Amino acid sequence: MSTWEIVIFTLIKILVIFTIMMLTVSYLVYFERRISAWTQNRLGPNRVGWEGVLQPFADVFKLLLKEDIVPEQAEKKIHSLAPVIALFVAFTTYAVIPIGPSFNFFDYNISLVVADVNMGILYVLALTSLGVYAITLAGWSSGSKYSLLGGIRSSAQMISYEISMGFSVGGVILLSESLRPIAIVESQGLWMWNAWIQPIGFITFLVSAFAETNRLPFDLPEAEPELVGGFHTEYSSMKFAGFFLAEYANMIISSALIITLYLGGYQIPFIDITTLGLAHWFEVLIYITAFFFKMGALLFFFLWVRWTIPRFRYDQLMNLGWKVMFPLALLNIIWVAVLIMVFNL
Amino acid sequence: MIESYIPIFLVIGFAIVFAFGVLLSSTAFGPQRPTSEKSSTYESGMKPVGTTRERVSIKYYMVAMLFIIFDIEVIFVYPWAVQFKKLFSEVGISVFYSMLVFLVVLELGYLYVYKKGGFRWD
Repeated sequence: MSTWEIVIFTLIKILVIFTIMMLTVSYLVYFERRISAWTQNRLGPNRVGWEGVLQPFADVFKLLLKEDIVPEQAEKKIHSLAPVIALFVAFTTYAVIPIGPSFNFFDYNISLVVADVNMGILYVLALTSLGVYAITLAGWSSGSKYSLLGGIRSSAQMISYEISMGFSVGGVILLSESLRPIAIVESQGLWMWNAWIQPIGFITFLVSAFAETNRLPFDLPEAEPELVGGFHTEYSSMKFAGFFLAEYANMIISSALIITLYLGGYQIPFIDITTLGLAHWFEVLIYITAFFFKMGALLFFFLWVRWTIPRFRYDQLMNLGWKVMFPLALLNIIWVAVLIMVFNL
Repeated sequence: MIESYIPIFLVIGFAIVFAFGVLLSSTAFGPQRPTSEKSSTYESGMKPVGTTRERVSIKYYMVAMLFIIFDIEVIFVYPWAVQFKKLFSEVGISVFYSMLVFLVVLELGYLYVYKKGGFRWD
C-alpha cells in the first residue's frame, strides 16, 4: 500500500472506531444508570425517548448549554488543559487494540486495528501513565480543597497500581514473545487463554484496571460523601463532560485491553470457525461479534462490582496495591517462566 | 517499518483536535455571566477558609519516589520477557536464573522499604 492509501484507510478506521466509542460511552452511561436503578429497585431514567434511550443525548445538550464557570482561585490555563489531557489519553489508546482479524477488501489486506505497531503494549502503558497528569493537574489547579485532596489521592493510587499492572503484563509477553497486540491475541490460540494459564496475573491486572479507571471499589478520588466530586468539583459545562467522557472511555479501553491480553481477543473458544467453510466476510463478522460480546460482558462486570463491593479505606487501598498486588504480580512472572520451561508452552 | 507508525500520528492528531474541540465548545454555546459568588471556590456554601497552597503529607512523595524506582524495573523485565523462549531454547536455564537474581535484588529493596515502613498509611 502506498502512503496515501494508508492515510485514507486509517482515517476511515479512526472515524468508524471513534463513532463506536462515542456511542458505547453514551450507552454505557445510560446502562450504568439503568442497571444501578435495577439493582437498587428503582426506575432510573426512562422518560426521554422509549425507555429513556435518548437520555445520553439530552445530557450532552444540557451540558453544552450550561455556563462554563472557572473559579477565581484557579490557575486558569492549567484548569483548562487538564480535561484536554484526559480526553487526549482516552481517545488515543484504542489505536492499537485489534477488534478482529485482517481481511481482504478487493485488492487490499485490511487489519481491524487502527495501528498495527510492534510496540503496541508499550504505547498503551505510556499513554495511560499520562492520564495521571490530567487528574493531578485538575485537582491542583482548581484551587479548591476537595479537588486538591481528590487529585493527590488519585495520583498516588494510580501510580501505585500501575506497577502491578506493568508486572502482570510481563507474564503475557513471556508467552507471546511480542508486544504486538495482534500477536498476543494469536498466541493464545483457541482456548489456551492467558486467563487460564496465569490466573494470578489476570486477577492482578483486573484489580489494577479497576484502580486505574477510578471505579468502585477504588473510587477514592471522587468519594462523594467526603470529597464532593473529587478532582472535578470545580468543573462545569463541557469541561466536566470531558472528564466524564474520558472516565467511561477509559473503562471501555481497559476492558478491551483485558480481553486482548487475557481473554483471547476476538477468538471464540473451542470452535475453530475457519474449518466450518463459511464465507470470509461472515467469519470476520463472527470474530467482531465475539469481541464485542466479551466487551459487553466485562463492562457489565464493571457495573456489577460497583453495586456489590463497598468502597475501600485509603490505607486499605494502598496496602492492597503495595503489599498484595505487587508481590503477586512478581510471583506471576516467575510462575509463567517456570511453566514455559517445564511444559514448553 | 516507519510506515506502520503513520496511523499512530494520525490518531494523536485526531485526539488533539477532538480534545480542544470539546474545550472550545465549553465556552461557545453556554451563557457567560460570572458573578463573584459564582466564581468563588466551592466550600459547602461557606466562604472559603485559607488557601490550597499548603504542604502535603510526606507519604505521597514517598509513593512517587517508590513508583519511579519500581516502574523502571518493570521496563527492564519486558526485553527479557520478549526474548525468553528463544534464549531458553538456545542457552538453557541460565536465562531464567539471571532474571531471578534481578528479581531477588528488587525484592530485597522492596523488603527494606517494607521494614522501614515506607508502605504504612496509618
